[in-house]
Amino acid sequence: MGKMFKLFAAVTIISLISGGLLAAVKNGTQERIEYQQLKFVKGPVLKDIFKGAANDPLTDRFKIAEGKNEVNCFVGVFDGKKNTVALEGFGKGFGGDIGVLVAINIENDQIMGIGVTTHSETPGLGARAKQDPAFTAQFKGKTINDPFKVKADGGAVDALSGATVTSRGVCGAILSVSEAYQRLKPAIIQKLKEKA
Amino acid sequence: MAKKSVFQEFSKGLWAEVPPFRLVLGLCPTLAITKSVDNGLGMGIAVTFVLVCSNVLISLLKNLIPKEVRIACYIVIIATFVTVVELSMQAFVYPLFLQLGIFIPLIVVNCILLGRAEAFAAKNGVIASLADGLGMGIGYTLALSALSAIREILGNGTFYKMAVFGPGFEPFRFMVEAPGAFMCLGLMLCVMNVIGKK
Repeated sequence: MGKMFKLFAAVTIISLISGGLLAAVKNGTQERIEYQQLKFVKGPVLKDIFKGAANDPLTDRFKIAEGKNEVNCFVGVFDGKKNTVALEGFGKGFGGDIGVLVAINIENDQIMGIGVTTHSETPGLGARAKQDPAFTAQFKGKTINDPFKVKADGGAVDALSGATVTSRGVCGAILSVSEAYQRLKPAIIQKLKEKA
Repeated sequence: MAKKSVFQEFSKGLWAEVPPFRLVLGLCPTLAITKSVDNGLGMGIAVTFVLVCSNVLISLLKNLIPKEVRIACYIVIIATFVTVVELSMQAFVYPLFLQLGIFIPLIVVNCILLGRAEAFAAKNGVIASLADGLGMGIGYTLALSALSAIREILGNGTFYKMAVFGPGFEPFRFMVEAPGAFMCLGLMLCVMNVIGKK
């Protein structure tokens, strides 16, 4: 019985120490890891849609709690004012969810730019949504409240040829951002004021 | 085993018992990630760190760990260090982490680590275990770097992402594919054996 106890104690103690150490390391690196993940997954897109911003939208980000979820908001500074936020939304594409970041000017609700972050669309067809600047450029300058729909569905958006489903997915993602934006706008403005 | 000096414990990992070629251990990452030199080097350094830390700690604790549960304890210790490496890589060298992906957590089950813990650190002193871990780790790093250098140069025409041949060079893509890894490793084992025989 004493022997059993010894074996039990050895493994328990080692596991406890290990658990404690790992919790500490995880705590210490969490913020940096999050930053790095955002930087390498969303960084290039953010740079693109925030062209000309005077700050790093990655560092000037904040979270808004919504129910159980937290929404990441990236802030862009233009003309010396924090007047642009980017939100990410998802839409159903051909190969899975498409993530789209939409930068919105909060003064006039205009879209400053959109960019695809994550997708699993067909290379050469749907994947062009990420690479073809002509496709994403058409959203620029529209208001976020527009009902974005591809032309095949009676809307005004030029779909990528051969990739209607993808284009529909991108529109869906923007619509979901639009919904979130309208819901969260007061909270966003509040946060921006606190930070300014 | 006759008593060896600390230097001998260190240097055996560099040639006489270099892990992937002589002990033929840890082949899974050896084959999978040696597509480019930075991957090979990064993996080697990660393994070296874990190997040194776990060797030292296990040799320190060898009298406290009951031998019936030693494997479980070794695995917990190794897994702890591997997770530390994984988190630090995510925090500081995220692109490399993306490249190495699943092979970082898989260091836990890499035979080199448990092999050295069981065969060496559990029977030897702290200094000798440190030397052994360092030697094995550096040997592993060198082996991975050599293998990945050959594969990257022939298969991609680059070394450390810099082009080594003129624009006329047609990359030998086979070398960076999986079968190329086996061929390359086999040939290197063959060369090592030929040199070792003399």
